[in-house]
Parts: sequence; structure tokens; C-alpha cells
Amino acid sequence: MSIQLEQSPTTGDDVITNYTINFGPQHPAAHGVLRMVMELDGEIIERIDPHVGLLHRGTEKLIEHKTYLQALPYFDRLDYCSPLAMEHSYVLAIEKMLNLEVPIRAQYLRVLFAELTRICNHMLNIGSHVMDVGAMTPNLWLFEIREDCLNFFERASGARMHSAWFRPGGVHQDVPLKLLTDIADWLDTRLPTLFEDAMSLVVDNRIFKQRNVDIALVSKEDALAWGFSGPMIRGAGIPWDLRKSQPYDVYDRMDFEIPVGTNSDCYDRFMVRVEEVRQSARIMKQCLAEMPEGPIASSDRKIVPPKRGEMKQSMESLIHHFKLYTEGFHVPEGEVYVATESPKGEFGVYLVSDGSNKPYRCKIRPTAFSHLQAMDFMSKGHMLPDATAILGAIDVVFGECDR
Amino acid sequence: MTVLHSAPKFASNEGVIESLSGVLGSMLVSAKEEHGEVVFTVARDQIENVLRLLRDNHEYQQLMEIAGVDYPSRPERFEVVYMLLSVTKNHRLMVKVSAAENTPVPTVTTLWPNAGWLEREVFDMYGVIFAGNPDLRRILTDYGFEGHPFRKDFPLTGYTELRYSEEDKRVVYEPVKLAQDLRQFDFMSPWEGADYVLPGDEKVAQQPAPPPVAEPKTTEKKGDSGAGGKTDAKADDKVAPGGKDGTIAGQGQGNPAPVTTDKKEPGAPDPTGDRPDRGATGGASADEGNGPAPEGS
Repeated sequence: MSIQLEQSPTTGDDVITNYTINFGPQHPAAHGVLRMVMELDGEIIERIDPHVGLLHRGTEKLIEHKTYLQALPYFDRLDYCSPLAMEHSYVLAIEKMLNLEVPIRAQYLRVLFAELTRICNHMLNIGSHVMDVGAMTPNLWLFEIREDCLNFFERASGARMHSAWFRPGGVHQDVPLKLLTDIADWLDTRLPTLFEDAMSLVVDNRIFKQRNVDIALVSKEDALAWGFSGPMIRGAGIPWDLRKSQPYDVYDRMDFEIPVGTNSDCYDRFMVRVEEVRQSARIMKQCLAEMPEGPIASSDRKIVPPKRGEMKQSMESLIHHFKLYTEGFHVPEGEVYVATESPKGEFGVYLVSDGSNKPYRCKIRPTAFSHLQAMDFMSKGHMLPDATAILGAIDVVFGECDR
Repeated sequence: MTVLHSAPKFASNEGVIESLSGVLGSMLVSAKEEHGEVVFTVARDQIENVLRLLRDNHEYQQLMEIAGVDYPSRPERFEVVYMLLSVTKNHRLMVKVSAAENTPVPTVTTLWPNAGWLEREVFDMYGVIFAGNPDLRRILTDYGFEGHPFRKDFPLTGYTELRYSEEDKRVVYEPVKLAQDLRQFDFMSPWEGADYVLPGDEKVAQQPAPPPVAEPKTTEKKGDSGAGGKTDAKADDKVAPGGKDGTIAGQGQGNPAPVTTDKKEPGAPDPTGDRPDRGATGGASADEGNGPAPEGS
């Protein structure tokens, strides 16, 4: 049998009907379990319908059945690429309701590790973005840095990824001095060497630019209307960063700059993240230089449990320890919405308390939800392979998107 | 109240309620400021107009989030909360409406395109209907899921579970079977207002209290115990005659007096043969110099 040329769809002037393909849910460029139903006209994307929720675990419902402290480790498991940034919003929300003062050293430690988390997250995203568009080597180098970051998390909290280290009222444990000096050394030597080496391969690379420049242009108006935040809104040229505009912890003492894009394409979003890594390193150096000695958690014993050594010596501490690890603390009635600048954008927690020891409602505002929703209008008219570049520049993680 | 916490600091809430209350007029139901958050509750059918007003005239450009909350005791059980952000005024605002299962909330997809998914999520989780949303499908739950899982009356364990069936070579859905009940602890102090009913005690509350007894029963002398004459007689016997040879620490006066009998006491067993050839027992530390070096040193 041979194909009759007259009937072949590639010849003649016949109209080719659109066809639909399924992208994911198991696809290396989907960054997790994303299923996208794509309507294609040839190789041009006409419409994308992302199907999310394949990783929906009902975190918000589970949190309603746990005490405030027991709910904390669920946040590590939302965006598993930047766990401490997720905890940050949650502990700040609790502290806002309790109006709880956090010692200054704890605030410095939180900012230090939040920025380390940002570097850790961007290493993964920058690396996978360049790999999605065809470059292999930078990703391997960037994973070296990510591995260093995870080692620092382990030395601070005992866990590489799911740290559960930020606690309402401070942090769980103080860090050894050697860890701080090692981080300082690392910021001066290993991070710039590895990172700038890897970036020198990418940022001016012709192939990389061909795949990213002028892809998925988003105007300022669209970025606002679609609820963009983080590198996505900065990539669109709006200098909006919650660390600057709504500072929390000691970010108001930090001296750093907000990179913004000029062309609002995938390349700009990528470059915003690259510059954010350098700014994060700058913030971390300031933290290390300025960090004072002192307590690392609030001394309010009705909220922060005493240390174990103290608990073994004092009856009152024993009672506090027991009560806080069984019943937990009570949070006054009310509701707050607290959003911080996570590496991916605005990560918010809407916390409703009924005055008991468990949250009545804990709504998590994922960054990826708004960004992924815009996938349809950003991809329209682009080629099928551009979809992976657009997706890579969104920086989506499904633990957080699906909750 | 002085602000002690270090949560994000946005522009002051001062005067926001006064100025916006006047603007919203009759659409406003109530306004409050609590924990540093400004919350407006507005009429449900006016939500689109309220948000349009806030967006176009008062610079609240971004809709960051729509959250559903379930209060089953209220006549309109759901609350839908819109989080607004102004990037020019650097201010946040919450706008709320209440809704029931059968009272649709007007959609705001006409104002912000990203409201589409946010409304889909509230619909999926709580079953709040958004009138006018062009694509109100489920979003986070499984294909073919039934029910609205975040309602307070939806059990945490859910109703169905799925597994891969080796016989059918596919994933099968089954009713949830738990090997043990899902345990819920609340650890509330019983003396701080928690009202516990212990298992079995719920019957007590239903029965009327028994009538008071005319003559309360006491056991002040022997014979009141009701155990019978034999026991009463035995109660007179001394258990062991008290000795006079000193005290035992912590146990009071005296040992029981020794009672002499002609029965022979059992002797201790003969010792097993002593073993002079065997050296002193002890750890490896006894003679460290002689033995082979321990591994890894």
C-alpha cells in the first residue's frame, strides 16, 4: 500500500483540523504531575487546558485536625523545593494572631535560612529550565550548589528537606557557630564559582536565547490581572517584592535590590531569578555580619516549649513541655491573611481561628495556581516545544499547587 | 495594641474602614479591623459591583486569593473571602460574602481572569455555586469525585479509597475500610471547660439520678462489713506477733517474732566446684597492651 499523494494532508490546500494531544501527567518537563490537554494547529498551540490536582492530598483539611504545631510539617511538604519559605508564612500568621514578639537573633536566622532556601529553590528551577530547553551541563553544576544548601539545612535542623525548623515564636534550635562560618565561606568561594561558571554557559548562549527570548510575553496589565507574583511579576517589569514593600522579620534592615525584566518574556523571568540568587547571597552575608547573640525563640512559655535540659530540671518547665506537646497553645479568635515572598512568588496563608488549639481553617495560597492558569494565554500562538520553556519559567511545583 | 510580631507590614489601616464604608454604602453589611486586617462583609449579590468599585476606583489591582470557609451552624453556612492587594497603595483587604448550598455567588471572572480557577476550587471543595463562571468544573479532586471534601461534615478519611488490583489489572475504587478507627485527640484540659463524656457514661446522663437512701451504709464496727461471722471472728486474730528487736528502716516497728518449729529448714545448695584456672572476668580493657588492636583505631 502506498500513500496516495492527492489524499495526503500535507499537500494540496485542504484545511487541516486541529488535534488534541495530552502532555503529561508523567513527563519530565511537566515538573511533577501536570496534565495538559493541548489543542494544536499543526505545531502551533491553540489552547491549553491544564489539569491539576493529581497530587491533591487535602493538606488544608488535615491541618484542621491537627494542633498548630503539628500542622507545621505539612508546610514543608507543600513546595518541597523551598520548604522553609512555606513555613515562614505559616509561623508569621500564627505570630500575627498571637501578637508574639520574636527575638532578633531568631529573625536573623529565619531571614538567613529563607534566603538560603531561595538559592536552593532557584538552583533547581534554573537548572531544570535550561535542561528543558536542551542544556545538560549547567544543571549538574547547579545541583552541586543545591546539595550544599541541603547539607546546611541538615546541619541546622537535622533534616535535608523537611526541616520543620521555623517555629511559632522563633526557630527550633540554635545553629552552631561553625555552621555560620561555613556558610560564610561557601558564600565567598563555592557559590560564586559554581554559579557564575554555570551561568556563563547559559545567559549569552545563542540556543538558549533562541528558545526563550520573546516567548510568552506578558504585559504589565496582564500580570496584574492574572494575579502574578514573584519573579513572574518582576519579569513583567513591575518592581514588586514583598520583602521590600511589606517587610517581615528583619528584611527592613537588609540592603538589596529588586531585579526587574524589561521585555517580560521567559528569558527575563530566568534572568530575574539569576540576579535574585546574587541578591540572596548579599542578604545572607549581611545576616551573618549583623546577627547578634541571644535567645532563638520567644520566652513566652505558654507558646514556646522549654528546652529539654530545662524540662528535666524544673517542674514548671515539665508541665509546660507536656501541655505544649499534647494540647498545644490556643490562638485567639479571628482571621489573618499573611503572605511572604517565597522563591516562587506570593505564598499566603489565610488562617481562621475559633480560639481553640487547632486552626478552624487554613487556606493556603499557592503561587503556582495563578501562574499555571495563565499558561493558556501565554502559550497561545507559540510552538509546541515552547510550552516546556514557558512551564520552566513559571517555576511550578505540584506539592504546592495541588496541596 | 502595640505591634510586637514581625509579620509583613503593609500600609496603615487607619481611615480605610471609614472612607471605604462611605463608598460602599448600602452594599456593605459590616466592616471590622482585627489582628491588623481590614475585613468587609458585603451583600452577596453585590460582590461583583463591590470588587469592581475597589479595583477601578480604589487601586486594589490584584485578586490574590478566594478562600471558602464552612460554618455549619450558620443559616448560610459558607463564607467566600476575596483577598485583594493594591500594589500602588501597598495595602491588603479582605472582602467577604456568605452563601448557602443553593444561593449562587456572582462570578468575578469578569473582573479578574484568574478568578476562574479560584472559584473552581471553592466550588470543588465546598460546593458553593458561582453564577456566571463559564467553566465551573471540579479542579483538585479526582475525575468523577462526588461530594465536597472540605465541608466540616465530610469525614477526614473520605468515603472511597483506590488501589491497584492485580486480578483486574487496573485501579479499583472501594469503600474506605480502616483496620482501626481514625483516632482523634484534642488533649483539652478537663478542668478548663472541656465537656467530656467517657465511653459508657453517656447512659448516666439519660437516667434520672437514684433517690437518696434513708440510712447511709457505714462500716464502723466489725459486723457492719456484711462478710459473715467467720470473717468477723478472724478479724480478731493477730496476724503476727510484734517483735521488740529494733525497727526496720521505713517499715516501722519490729520484725515478726520468730516462731520455733521442729521442722528442719531447707539448706542452701552445695556450691559448684571453684575454677582456679579461670582468670578474672571483665571487659577487654583488662589488658589493653597485649591483645590485637581494636578495629578502626
